[in-house]
Amino acid sequence: MAHVAIADEGQELHHPKSWVTAYIWSQDHKVIAIQYGITAISVGLVALVLSGLMRLQLGFPDTFSFLAPYEYYQYVTMHGMIMVIYLLTALFLGGFGNYLIPLMLGARDMVFPFLNMLSFWVYLLSVIVLMASFFVPSGPTGAGWTLYPPQAILEGTPGAGAGILLMLVSLAIFIVAFTMGGLNYVVTVLQARTRGMTLMRMPLSVWAIFVATILGLLAFPALFVSAIMMTLDLQIGTSFFMPAILSMGENLEYEGGSPVLFQHLFWFFGHPEVYIVALPAFGLVSDVLSTHARKSIFGYRMMVWAILAIGGISFIVWAHHMYVSGMNPYFGFFFATTTLIIAIPTAIKVYNWVLTLWRGNIHLTVPMLFAIGFIFTFIHGGLTGLFLGNVSVDVPLSDTYFVIGHFHMVMGVSPVLVLFAAIYHWFPKITGRMFHNALGVWHFWITFLGTYAIYLPMHYLGFLGVPRRYYAYGTTDLIPESAHTMNAGITVAAFIVGTAQILFFINVFWSLRKGKKADPNPWRATTLEWQTPQTPPAHGNWGPELPVVYRWAYEYSTPGSAEDFIPQTDPVDETHPSSGE
Amino acid sequence: MFVTLIFLGLLALIVVWWLLPQNLAREPSLVHGAIEDPRPDEYFPPAKMGLWVFLVVVTSIFALFVSAYFIRMELSDWRPLPDPGLLWVNTILLLLGSAAFQRARSASQKGPLQTIKTSLIAAGVFTVLFLTGQLWAWQQLGASGYFVDANPANAFFYVITALHGLHMLGGLWVWGKTTVKVFSDVAPERISLSVELCTIYWHYLLLIWLALFGLLLST
Repeated sequence: MAHVAIADEGQELHHPKSWVTAYIWSQDHKVIAIQYGITAISVGLVALVLSGLMRLQLGFPDTFSFLAPYEYYQYVTMHGMIMVIYLLTALFLGGFGNYLIPLMLGARDMVFPFLNMLSFWVYLLSVIVLMASFFVPSGPTGAGWTLYPPQAILEGTPGAGAGILLMLVSLAIFIVAFTMGGLNYVVTVLQARTRGMTLMRMPLSVWAIFVATILGLLAFPALFVSAIMMTLDLQIGTSFFMPAILSMGENLEYEGGSPVLFQHLFWFFGHPEVYIVALPAFGLVSDVLSTHARKSIFGYRMMVWAILAIGGISFIVWAHHMYVSGMNPYFGFFFATTTLIIAIPTAIKVYNWVLTLWRGNIHLTVPMLFAIGFIFTFIHGGLTGLFLGNVSVDVPLSDTYFVIGHFHMVMGVSPVLVLFAAIYHWFPKITGRMFHNALGVWHFWITFLGTYAIYLPMHYLGFLGVPRRYYAYGTTDLIPESAHTMNAGITVAAFIVGTAQILFFINVFWSLRKGKKADPNPWRATTLEWQTPQTPPAHGNWGPELPVVYRWAYEYSTPGSAEDFIPQTDPVDETHPSSGE
Repeated sequence: MFVTLIFLGLLALIVVWWLLPQNLAREPSLVHGAIEDPRPDEYFPPAKMGLWVFLVVVTSIFALFVSAYFIRMELSDWRPLPDPGLLWVNTILLLLGSAAFQRARSASQKGPLQTIKTSLIAAGVFTVLFLTGQLWAWQQLGASGYFVDANPANAFFYVITALHGLHMLGGLWVWGKTTVKVFSDVAPERISLSVELCTIYWHYLLLIWLALFGLLLST
């Protein structure tokens, strides 16, 4: 056998000797996953509070005056960057990737545990550097999360100087951390699968995280390269991106640089980044839907191919973010075409989720509610993506609230709903306790309905032509009174949804102390992580022997079998007596 | 972005080649039993796989820089800078470093320990000389007024050589660990893997340097 899990060769597996090495400088993938999770959620809460402040300003511009215009831009920027990179990317890959890959593949740990530990600590450093920008005199950068030059580094943009520098440094550090983690995830999937775990027996969660990691390893370098070049433009006056500029009455020393070059590099990272976040969500939600519908995932092969296709195509759609940058119209045509093409594998996935539910034995558990909620929000966010993928529709809508509505629906709310689904689903395995069901149900309904109350009206505001990125609208003929009222309504909804997240935290803390002790496999699921000898899994995950895999990951409600699920480790083959061992 | 896309296209071909024997078209629910994975029998160490994945990341960084180089070159303010003759010497030094590693690698499989030791030391010395030479080339350019912020061609030259140099420095750190290991006489098979990984890394960075040097010469 080519791939024996590392620990069984007498290599690597690092045994903690003290409390500090077990919980702080830990090399155990499960502890690192939790460290990633706690850090990501904490920094995500900061971003949530920032969005609340922005909403107060937008909804009630004349009532609250504690937010100055420059702070509004700083909060917009930090909210976006934190949510996309430091929360979603870190939590899906650093958190769930770390926790699930070794467990779902039957490995004892990641293949490079030390590097894995380092990955978390370097990630934490990147978060600290980013947060430090709140405490420098200029404050954090207000350049918008896309950091477009020339304005990103010019005087006059909030946070010019230290703010933008800390942002660029923090991103570079984050990319180093991600690369260390990503190497681990990829090589673990390639090398440390247990016996019988062929690629086509991997749960879709692992497939999706695997492909998303590869996207990250190839796309983050583009952000890294642009961060380096912009730092040089900022610090030593090169002109990679900076054109000749007259600023505040004087000629700056820059000349000839190309801001559009930055946009190309940024979106060469930025669009795959959408799928770095979306693919893991697709994978996790597939597993949650199949388990709680007691039905094998519909079209597993097609799901795998779709993940691969999306991963590939995601590298040739980046310029659909740049239709208004003045590029060659033929490019626009090309990128609109690829954008519409990538909708095909994505639609296949959506159909397959719906068909997985069809005639399933649906258990409306809390994870299942969130998973089904995701299908709704993702369809709505995805369809508006088709609007914006077309050049002629995008151009008038590009700078309006329609775009805000679209991407919050498709890559804000949707992945977050999956994160909640996944946290509730794996909570019993991670903590050994069940969560409080009623609190979870309330959390779901308020969040799900509330997000529609927030983002659906934004599409309408966009059609009205209400521009985004504005601190206050004042009175213009362009924006009717009803739009102001709607903005106030959105803010109220945002506050209800934001506050409702407290239910989640109460649930987590209450359940950790008082929750019912969890059964090793409370959802009666087939995949390996539910078959561990201990719950939560002990260091090394498995007992003396690694599990052996005999079947695919979705053996639910198989006709003729006594139970409505057959674990992947179950060698007894009632349905196909002729095959098997 | 064509350079980057070509690189990604080649990478996609490798991925497809690797995926083809993995039975992606076979309905998995019909396959039962503890079947083996369709994979070569030869044991491929995770560290080696990790190195190759890392090299892919490194390549994509350089490919993106080269893409940016070509895009930026099109603009009117680009003034090519003279290529210091010293770069030829440095290239030869890096070649020698790579060759020394190759010698250490063959020795680590069958040769005497002494050959591994001398080859490793030689590889380190050549690499340090290469880096010194690169710094000297910077010095020469700076002395003739080709500062980093004077022209985008200069800026790209400094950034690309610096990035390559940093990768060599990182390599030297691993080289140091390997050399210490060799001199403290640990198990031969552990040495052999470390030496092999260093050799791959050096060859690869040599290739990248040759590509970058070619780019600098031709533009």
